[in-house]
Amino acid sequence: MNFLESLRIAMRALIANKVRSLLTMLGIIIGVGAVIAMVGVGSGASASVTSRIQGLGSNLLTVSPGQSSSGGVKGGAGSSNTLTMSDVTKIQQQAQFVKAVAPSAGKSVQVVYDGANTSTTMTGTSQDYPSVRNITMATGRFFSQTDVQTGTRVAVVGPTVVQDLFGSSNVNIVGKTIKLDNVPFLVIGVTASQGSSGFFNADDMIYVPITTAQDRLIGNKYVRQIFLEATSANDMTAAQDEVTTILRRAHGLTGNTPSDFQITNQADILATMQGVTQSLTMLLGGIAAISLIVGGIGIMNIMLVSVTERTREIGIRKAIGAKESDILIQFLIEAVVLSALGGGIGIGLGYGGSLLASKLMSMQATVPPSTAAMAFGFSALIGIVFGVFPAKKASALNPIEALRYE
Amino acid sequence: MITLKDVSKIYQTGDVVVAALQGIDLQIEKGEFVAIMGPSGSGKSTTMNILGCLDTLTSGEYVLDGTNVAKASKSELAEVRNRKIGFVFQGFNLLPRTTALENVELPLIYAGVSGRERKKRSLDALESVGLGSRIDHKPKELSGGQQQRVAIARALVTSPSIILADEPTGNLDSRSSEDVMSIFQRLHAQGNTIVLVTHEPDIAQYTRRIVRFRDGKIEADEAVKDPRIAVAQ
Ligand SMILES: Nc1ncnc2c1ncn2[C@@H]1O[C@H](COP(=O)(O)OP(=O)(O)OP(=O)(O)O)[C@@H](O)[C@H]1O
Ligand SMILES: [Mg+2]
Repeated sequence: MNFLESLRIAMRALIANKVRSLLTMLGIIIGVGAVIAMVGVGSGASASVTSRIQGLGSNLLTVSPGQSSSGGVKGGAGSSNTLTMSDVTKIQQQAQFVKAVAPSAGKSVQVVYDGANTSTTMTGTSQDYPSVRNITMATGRFFSQTDVQTGTRVAVVGPTVVQDLFGSSNVNIVGKTIKLDNVPFLVIGVTASQGSSGFFNADDMIYVPITTAQDRLIGNKYVRQIFLEATSANDMTAAQDEVTTILRRAHGLTGNTPSDFQITNQADILATMQGVTQSLTMLLGGIAAISLIVGGIGIMNIMLVSVTERTREIGIRKAIGAKESDILIQFLIEAVVLSALGGGIGIGLGYGGSLLASKLMSMQATVPPSTAAMAFGFSALIGIVFGVFPAKKASALNPIEALRYE
Repeated sequence: MITLKDVSKIYQTGDVVVAALQGIDLQIEKGEFVAIMGPSGSGKSTTMNILGCLDTLTSGEYVLDGTNVAKASKSELAEVRNRKIGFVFQGFNLLPRTTALENVELPLIYAGVSGRERKKRSLDALESVGLGSRIDHKPKELSGGQQQRVAIARALVTSPSIILADEPTGNLDSRSSEDVMSIFQRLHAQGNTIVLVTHEPDIAQYTRRIVRFRDGKIEADEAVKDPRIAVAQ
């Protein structure tokens, strides 16, 4: 008997029991749907995290004060004041693998303009900040080296601040004077919107020259963080080593003395984040795989019931000349059609689910075709694995006993 | 063309040993029309199952069309059932939810006969049992006699060497029984070999030879002197 005939017979049997067939498929539908949705959402989340971390600045290294070594009770990063402007100058002058350096010292400030007021974060930095942190201007300009050297009272504001002060971000604020903690500053530019990165909102920010910030707003000469842009992605490690050496020498640290600063590599953060999303995806995928197996057991269960119910039919088929292999293939096809059809429907639902999720979470969920193909293949395989036992049982029935079965 | 030589069949269920057949010798030639009779439990069905290659024998020889079937494998037996045997059961044994035509097509599907040829032969078979107008009816839409005629069409559609019928009229009233017997008589007239089991002497009188079983042995084997003619209504 040829395969097409077997397929036809199997399909008829499944259609004869539509509701049962659908319920049997449900396990596989849910399992495959979950796998596809997980992979879609997982890859979308990972892509959006990656792009946001890269949006913080390309080839970015961050130097923070504080001891990097573990053990004992030591202050966390950023808790001590060990970085100064002279460190910044030394890195600028000596480091070969560093393209640009931008210090930062910040504080939360009260912003007042014409009676309206809001609070935001003020960051004192240098003219290189936009290049290091991938910041572009919407209107006006960023402050210059001269502004930093002379300590002028100029400010560059983020779009959220404009929104908060005026109730709309379409207001031209350039050329107006705002007060930060009662100190008047001339607004010279507005940054382009970057969106929130999850860690901090670059749009809700006011930038002023670091010298002005230290003198007028913070009241000390320390630097909170130094942002470095490495010459290229391949030079990240070299730049990190180089800056470590320069700063240790500058701080007079020798031998085994632990460093009083620490350098975070953007690539490290990226790797960590990707590792986290990856293991999350794996975990969810594992749960989904288990539900697939449960679905397979459901198929086996129903197939066993079906074999018992159709004992007489099997007896008739054998009496008129069906071989054991004919019966085996017939029942195996039924199981595989159930699981593969369930897999197909599951892929459709999972895909729809991940599209919905990407709409709701505003990210790009993608399901690679290879994953869909694999999910489909896996569900078909489950049909074979869990279908073999019932099919074997059916094919091994003794025809005389099967015919006598009531 | 059918030879059983010293055939025994012993069933063992736990400690209980039942000798269903004890040294049966039987020869049936091509074109014969034989009735097997005998009291309940005398081994009639067992003999039919062995003749139909549904069951294997404990000892002895079964030669069908010149080959010793007793030594065949399961898959070879399936093929013999498909090609050389046509079964008619007391309980009809049609597939439910399947039309008359599709039921008749079934053995041809397993024989690997392709679509158009299969349909033509099945229609011919249904025509010959007088059901040409009922091909799309499902079993539950047919009377018992009609269902049995579908079953006969299914048995003869492969042009088997022998048609085996175990109490084919057991579930039918006398009118339908005579219909069925008239079909068997016509098939016999066309040269088919038919063996049927019956409890009813009337039915046996439609055949040409009666073999009587008792306690797993053949008690008598005689020709029907004056066969009755069945008339289809
Ligand atoms: N599968 C089996 N296991 C054990 N004993 C069996 C089996 N099948 C048949 N027998 C026994 O074999 C003997 C012959 O049975 P068989 O079915 O051939 O009788 P029969 O002549 O067809 O009777 P009936 O007229 O009632 O149909 C009986 O004693 C029966 O109990
Ligand atoms: Mg019997």
